[in-house]
Amino acid sequence: MTKAAVFRAEGIGKSYPGVRANDDVSFSVGSGRIHALLGENGAGKSTLVKMIYGLVRPDDGRMLLNGQPHDPSDPRAARAAGVAMVFQHFSLFDALTVAENIALGMENPPPRRELAERIRKVSHDFGLPLNPARRVVTLSAGERQRVEIIRCLLQDPRLLIMDEPTSVLTPQEADLLFATLRKLADQGTAILYISHKLDEIRTHCDSATILRHGKVVDSCNPRDHSARELAAMMVGGEMRVIDRSGRNAGDVLLRLSNLSLPAPTAEGTALKNIALTLHAGEILGIGGVAGNGQEELLAALSGELRSAPGTVVLEGDDLGGAGPETRRKAGLLAAPEDRLGHAAVPDFSLTENTLLTAGPRKGLVRNGLIDNAAARRFAQDVIREFDVRTPGPHTAARALSGGNLQKFVIGREVMQAPRVLVVNQPTWGVDAGAAAAVRQSLLDLARSGAGVIVISQDLDELIELSDRFCALNEGRLSDPRPTEGLTLDEIGLMLGGAHGMEVAQI
Amino acid sequence: MIRLVPRAEASAAWQFATPLLAVLATMLTGGLLFAVMGYDPVAAIRTIFWDPLFGMASSYSRPQLLVKAAPLILIASGLAIGFRAGIWNIGAEGQYIIGGITGAAVALAAYPSEGMWIFPAMVIAGAMGGWAWGMIPALLRNWFGASEILVSLMLVYVAERVAAWMAFGPMKNPEGFGFPGSRNLQQYPAAANPELIAGTGAHWGVVAAAAAVLVTWFLMSRHIRGFHIRAAGLAPRAARFAGVRPGTLVAFCLGLSGAFAGMAGLFEVAGPAGQITDSFGSGYGFTAIIVAFLGRLNPVGILLAGLLLALTYIGGELAQLTLQLPAATVQVFQGMLLFFLLGFDLLTRFRIARRITA
Amino acid sequence: MIDPLSVFLLLLAAATPILFAALGELIVERAGVLNLGVEGMMITGALAGFAAAHATGSPIIGFVAAAIAGAATAMIFAALTQFLLANQVASGLALTLFGLGLAALFGKPLEGIKAPPMTPGPFRVNWIVWLGLLMVPVVWWFLNRTRPGLILRGVGENHDAAHALGYSVRGVRIAAIGFGGAMAGIGGAFISIATVLQWTEGMTAGAGWIALAIVVFSNWSAPGVLAGAWLFGGVTVLQLRLQAAGVDVPVQLLSMAPYLATIFVLVLISARQKYSRRAGGTAPGSLGQNFHALR
Repeated sequence: MTKAAVFRAEGIGKSYPGVRANDDVSFSVGSGRIHALLGENGAGKSTLVKMIYGLVRPDDGRMLLNGQPHDPSDPRAARAAGVAMVFQHFSLFDALTVAENIALGMENPPPRRELAERIRKVSHDFGLPLNPARRVVTLSAGERQRVEIIRCLLQDPRLLIMDEPTSVLTPQEADLLFATLRKLADQGTAILYISHKLDEIRTHCDSATILRHGKVVDSCNPRDHSARELAAMMVGGEMRVIDRSGRNAGDVLLRLSNLSLPAPTAEGTALKNIALTLHAGEILGIGGVAGNGQEELLAALSGELRSAPGTVVLEGDDLGGAGPETRRKAGLLAAPEDRLGHAAVPDFSLTENTLLTAGPRKGLVRNGLIDNAAARRFAQDVIREFDVRTPGPHTAARALSGGNLQKFVIGREVMQAPRVLVVNQPTWGVDAGAAAAVRQSLLDLARSGAGVIVISQDLDELIELSDRFCALNEGRLSDPRPTEGLTLDEIGLMLGGAHGMEVAQI
Repeated sequence: MIRLVPRAEASAAWQFATPLLAVLATMLTGGLLFAVMGYDPVAAIRTIFWDPLFGMASSYSRPQLLVKAAPLILIASGLAIGFRAGIWNIGAEGQYIIGGITGAAVALAAYPSEGMWIFPAMVIAGAMGGWAWGMIPALLRNWFGASEILVSLMLVYVAERVAAWMAFGPMKNPEGFGFPGSRNLQQYPAAANPELIAGTGAHWGVVAAAAAVLVTWFLMSRHIRGFHIRAAGLAPRAARFAGVRPGTLVAFCLGLSGAFAGMAGLFEVAGPAGQITDSFGSGYGFTAIIVAFLGRLNPVGILLAGLLLALTYIGGELAQLTLQLPAATVQVFQGMLLFFLLGFDLLTRFRIARRITA
Repeated sequence: MIDPLSVFLLLLAAATPILFAALGELIVERAGVLNLGVEGMMITGALAGFAAAHATGSPIIGFVAAAIAGAATAMIFAALTQFLLANQVASGLALTLFGLGLAALFGKPLEGIKAPPMTPGPFRVNWIVWLGLLMVPVVWWFLNRTRPGLILRGVGENHDAAHALGYSVRGVRIAAIGFGGAMAGIGGAFISIATVLQWTEGMTAGAGWIALAIVVFSNWSAPGVLAGAWLFGGVTVLQLRLQAAGVDVPVQLLSMAPYLATIFVLVLISARQKYSRRAGGTAPGSLGQNFHALR
């Protein structure tokens, strides 16, 4: 049985200054199919779906929707043609209610009461219950995604685009999402599913198009290939193997006890009674769905948030009330998740960016005076040791690619020879080569006798790196368990299970 | 169609060129405005920008250049530091007035005794007065989260009324035949801020302005605190990560710019103005905002921008005398200058490219 | 004895310029734009309105001209911030400095002339006062009950999301800035045409800045703006009454009252927004940030 193609792309191309984002991309999605678009960060997936959704106009090629030419001038035209999209970074308005958010995503929303009634009905029918009067700011990540999905469903889309939807979900929540998608597909909707997670694509998608450097490298049935084969297609070569050898757990370096902090902002998460010990030579992985206190925990360790005396102790040194500089001098270093704007100042040169953290330990600042020559030398050292691709230390941080800047940021901390290094999402949005380099550098640091804490939402990364694993859920840290022998299901339960999502029941 | 392409790094060449372009555009538009109003545009532009330096009356107006530029540069140097950190002190006018009052208060309290200590004490009092007035918005922001923009601005109106009250009440000259206004400090040698080198216009305020340029240059380019200030303005979270405490920074920037403005007020009241009157505030605090932007928040740039705007003040007065141009012309010029500068600034951050049409 | 009704009517009149300007700025800020040029737009409106009213003899034409002049100056700000992506704080300041200068320049010939008389409305209160009161529910209704109002709030709350959904961030913001300018212009003209009855340089005396503070005080809501404007009007009337009653406090100190009161309420409301999470968080999410989409 062949199903008619709902959507077809023929020879799509798009250029930005200096980049060919898409080149001669062709594929089609059939009615009732879940079609995966697979590729590394920067492979051109986002640009492609933005063109389908009318946010970007293609330079060449053409698109067909239900056999008709599809060339939307803006997202409203795309929606009118039957395209709906769930965004990776939610396109929601925090201060507005669920109903207002949904109304903004529709062309001709019904009157307020009627809309609220329909939201209640549709969300209940799909097993994704929502209260239309709630303000979005009060919703969890999973509930926010429901808002986006319901917004799409209310428009009876013929093509539904999902951009990395599971990156904010626990494995169980992801399974429920796929159950919903399958029921939707069974009703005849075509689904274009964007991801770089190989396992979920192999289990749930009917077909896949693999993009690399903006070009289609292969189209296949993902069920016929192993994850390793898919990864090779995506990256274009064998994955680098990580060397975990040669590490022994030593003495306790860092001890957190009774660490509690109120939420620093209205959207933030309070930390509740965090306790952990970190040994020399050990990598401790902390998993969790976004927004469960990861940023706050990193800030509490870096010194951006100060805590009560005795809550943070590094080798007998009480650092609870100490600020970032004191902690760095003592050997407790950190690398936050957000590269541009938190770990680095985008408009500063790499030389200037070394001064953000390396002043005390590398002698770049003496008596308040900046030693520019020393800072430049240190920047050059980091660039050389970590293979940062850049014209030189005078380049602005914003001019670097995500992977190169991440290598610089991690390198800047690692090369200060920390006693303990805390990193948050060390390989988020980074290409495979840079990710492997960053992970290896963390392992090497641990081998040299330092302690490393890796906070991440990427469970594969945590399993690959960490000796012990614990989960962060609503500001609480679970007891650590040895990573070896831990299954994804067990980890999912540690992360807080499915947050009460029900299976779709139509 | 044209479109804007963000630059990865701000263009150094345009950063230098845009202030010059803005001045040029202001002259052109200003000329147009004069023509519309029925004045000879060439004569008007020449009177404002050329004659004060090289015209017939230049022997009088040249020294005025330093007199007018000194407070502008001194105030703008302080403001620029805060602007760099994203801390918007727009109430320098109020800090200037209060600095003048507290400085004058020392002199009036000491009157008529003589002593080497009086003038230095006045400088300190002026700086402290401006500092304290600047610390009000700083503390209200740190404690309650109140916008320093609105509080510092409101305090200008309060300061203006304090000056009026002083001129009519506590500071009124007992020998002033009932006229409002304090004693004239120029006639009180121990407190006066005289011309140091005859014919140059240079008084102690000029020395202070020069020192302010040096100090702020050193702070912003060599000292870690200046680095932290720049980081806080560009990426506040990164600055906190580096160890900056936002509250401390707010207090430092508002306090410093307040102290600089207060000193400027003191040098003015002890020198060119001579006394506290109800119209002591003369707009230097607002014009200094333009000076800071035109100078690209850079100490050397501020030096040049301060001289240029001082020139427009003197030229404006000259044009008022010779061409009967309204006094407000200068204000319009200064406003336009800031508009053009902000507009042209686009060129430093974006490249203009032709849209590729399929 | 002071007749409470007449005091209230005085309060209404004293609050009107601020009410107009703050309602306009409320719309601007709900669209995510911080325009600090309210004072400049008010003074431009005050002059243009007075000039038109004087030239035609019709105060109504004066108010229309003030609205147009206010919107026109606001367009300078719109061009700078929406097309040239200039810093909003600096551009707003520039607008204020420019407006004050421009009005002083062109206002010289009008000094000393009396404004044409206006026929009062109900309770012998100026029609514009009633119009201002009417604008409060209108603005509230627009923001909370209409689709354009919803889109405007969406643009102000999260401009990236609004853009992703296909709304014109720039278009919405330019329209809002224009409306804000027109409202500020009317507010300014009320001072010159209906209160002071003549043109004097710098006659808005910080009213635009107070309007900005009142928007913060209102927690970005129209009824809150009304409350803030009345509070300000009350302080002004009280201060004038005390002056007239010959209280033994220097006039200069009494006349500080509106500014000190503004600082005081600003501090109160900021503290409330800072320390109680539920009450706060209503400032539009994208307030003061420029938006540039790469296509």
